[in-house]
Amino acid sequence: MRKLTLALTALALGATGMTAPAMAQNEQFLPSLVYRTGPYAPNGIPFANGVADYWTMLNERDGGINGVKIVAEECETGYATDKGVECYERLKGKGPTGAGYFSPLSTGITFALTEKVPGDKIPLLTMGYGRSESRNGAVFPWNFVAVGSYWTAADVAIQHIAKELGGADKLKGKKISLVYHDSPYGKEPIAALEQRAKVNGFTFKAIPVTHPGVEQKSQWLAIRQDRPDYVLLWGWGVMNSTSIKEAAAVGYPRDKVIGVWWSGAEPDVTPAGDQSTGYKALMLQHGAGKFKVHADLEKFVISKNKTATKDDFAQVLYNRGLLNSMLGTEAIRTAMKKFGNKPMTGEQVRWGFENLDLTAARIKELGFEGMVSPIKLSCADHQGADVARVQQWDGKAWKVISDYYKADRSILDPMVKDASAKYAAEKKITARDCSKES
Amino acid sequence: MFYRETGQFKTSYAADMQIFPIRQDRIALWVVLAFAFIGIPLLDGLQVWPFGGEYMLRAILIPFLILSLAAIGLNILTGYCGQLSLGSGAFMAIGAYSAYKFGTGVDISFGLFDLSIPPLSVLPSILLGGLMAAIIGILFGIPSLRIKGLYLAVATLAAQFFFDWVFIRVKWFTNYTSSGSVVAPDLNFFGYVVNAPIERYLLCLVFVTIFALLAKNLVRGNIGRQWMATRDMDIAAELMGIRPLYAKLSAFAISSFIMGVAGALWAFVYLGAWEPLAFSIDRSFQILFMVIIGGLGSILGSFLGAAFILVLPIALDQVPHALGMPISVETVSLLVFVITGALICWLLIVEPRGFARLWLTGKEKLRLWPYPY
Repeated sequence: MRKLTLALTALALGATGMTAPAMAQNEQFLPSLVYRTGPYAPNGIPFANGVADYWTMLNERDGGINGVKIVAEECETGYATDKGVECYERLKGKGPTGAGYFSPLSTGITFALTEKVPGDKIPLLTMGYGRSESRNGAVFPWNFVAVGSYWTAADVAIQHIAKELGGADKLKGKKISLVYHDSPYGKEPIAALEQRAKVNGFTFKAIPVTHPGVEQKSQWLAIRQDRPDYVLLWGWGVMNSTSIKEAAAVGYPRDKVIGVWWSGAEPDVTPAGDQSTGYKALMLQHGAGKFKVHADLEKFVISKNKTATKDDFAQVLYNRGLLNSMLGTEAIRTAMKKFGNKPMTGEQVRWGFENLDLTAARIKELGFEGMVSPIKLSCADHQGADVARVQQWDGKAWKVISDYYKADRSILDPMVKDASAKYAAEKKITARDCSKES
Repeated sequence: MFYRETGQFKTSYAADMQIFPIRQDRIALWVVLAFAFIGIPLLDGLQVWPFGGEYMLRAILIPFLILSLAAIGLNILTGYCGQLSLGSGAFMAIGAYSAYKFGTGVDISFGLFDLSIPPLSVLPSILLGGLMAAIIGILFGIPSLRIKGLYLAVATLAAQFFFDWVFIRVKWFTNYTSSGSVVAPDLNFFGYVVNAPIERYLLCLVFVTIFALLAKNLVRGNIGRQWMATRDMDIAAELMGIRPLYAKLSAFAISSFIMGVAGALWAFVYLGAWEPLAFSIDRSFQILFMVIIGGLGSILGSFLGAAFILVLPIALDQVPHALGMPISVETVSLLVFVITGALICWLLIVEPRGFARLWLTGKEKLRLWPYPY
């Protein structure tokens, strides 16, 4: 008994010593909320690998950001909101200056963290997901729904349908259904689609699928009865491949199914095999494939075996992880220009995001040419881009089948304004005056 | 030697009927309360590890307190009254969403007249949330008069799925937000906004202390004895003059009330913004496991069970990183599942009646120490 007590005491003391390891002062701590387990793991893993590999590459190639080494730590959320909040609390204070920014890759966790980040002064980078109205930086100073929101996606999807039909006037009287993941993630686009339905005169129907989405027979039977002209798919994880299989089972043409950019990666189509051929999905600007940055990744990360990535290298979600990390580190670089080459606090990184200006020349320099078009964030605009393309799965690879579409801001901007005003009223937030921000 | 009630004479009925008849228990309770109410804020203020950072308060203590409260609620129903329930998540959700509706104002039009309640402040919202949960709890408790055991569990499971559906589908409950996720109003208590983690912790602590003492008192009084008699043998209880209708429905009402309050706290104090998934069937199981692991029919057990189910995985999750072991998060989270599962199995084999029973055994041993026979 005494031995056990002694051992336990020693262990406890050891643990106390371990929890505060000596942190070098010149390190930027970057947390990573990941899900490598659970029903959404097939999609979570490539993204997490991309995020981690880009940081590793910066460390290996350049010695960090302007000489400040990146220290990263992952925390497994399993896509669960309460676990995500726990991870956020665990990681937010680490490193000499605390966490630089968070990217939870979950709309549910984003909603919960949106309430917490203003108090902790840490920006949230929610690239292509999260609150669509957080584009309005005057009300959401800490949220950056960079590159695209669900409302942009919904708008672009309708534009693509209009183009396939041969003009926006042809939408009139058509039927478009949305098969969506029954969570904040899936519900986000509904408002934009309803608005579009009013403007263009098509019939819109929203069909929910319960989390995690492996059971959707009845939804697709309803689609077979209803025979909509197009089906939009807002799924994630195992739900996507199930949807494609069910579409095939009821004989719904796959080339009339258009997924959001979270439903358009390799793990979504490969499980359904040949049944996926013809399925279309939006692109968050970038697609799969190797670009200039991948050569550096191969040289500095893959060949040195410092990565967890295997077959997912250069896949859609891996590339999205790279892009996510690139935006974050470029925001830190922007902040360093103002605050000096040292680890940045969350508040400074926020300034960096708000003044981020990725020009075509800079994107080329970073090796991301062809993956993303120029993007400029500001106090009033935390999204910075409105364009997306459409890709199609040909059975082996994703093929880009469209040019860039630009979301119609005349429809979306009033919605952003209304929704953010409602949020501000509910939370009693006084919006910042963006004309006075430096 | 130290834990013995020899010489503690009860000279009045009041002394004989105290909640904690043994002096050492009373002292221990006061020490725990003093530590929780004074010690932790002090340690937090002085930035003493591990209470210095916000992590301990926000990610461990606050959820631990709230889930303990929910476990107390379920323990009243399942542990004391013997009515198996899988609807804890639903009752928590009812508490959360009703509190949200009361906190943001209710407007219902009945055609002839309109019911309009202005936004209430947080305390009445939370308590009314509990009250709504109690009313619904009574409704879903009615089948318990006819069916028992696993069949009743299925009936409460129906409550779980029904309310999952209601809060996802009926947009009125979420004030027509586009995403279905709602944001809790400010925690404004009589003009004072509770915001810092230590204030939030104290708020939860006050709720938990009050309800735990209330529950402890209830279960040793008339009504608690009725519940326990019904649990042990309902026919015998009925023959002795206990009305099953009253006993069972009161257990459902009080249990749901406490779970509703816990749900409102979970949403308002811990999460801040939530979606129905926060109160899914997983939450029901989590709370049921807390009660079973902690010990059916024990208030202390609810706390021990909550600590085990909530804190152990979080602690295990951090061990490899703290020790500097290069294991990927994937492996760690799988290991956590394996170890927690194995521990639960082991515990239920060694002591099927949970931590509370282990605690009692320990107390018995302590009484005889150092001369056990």
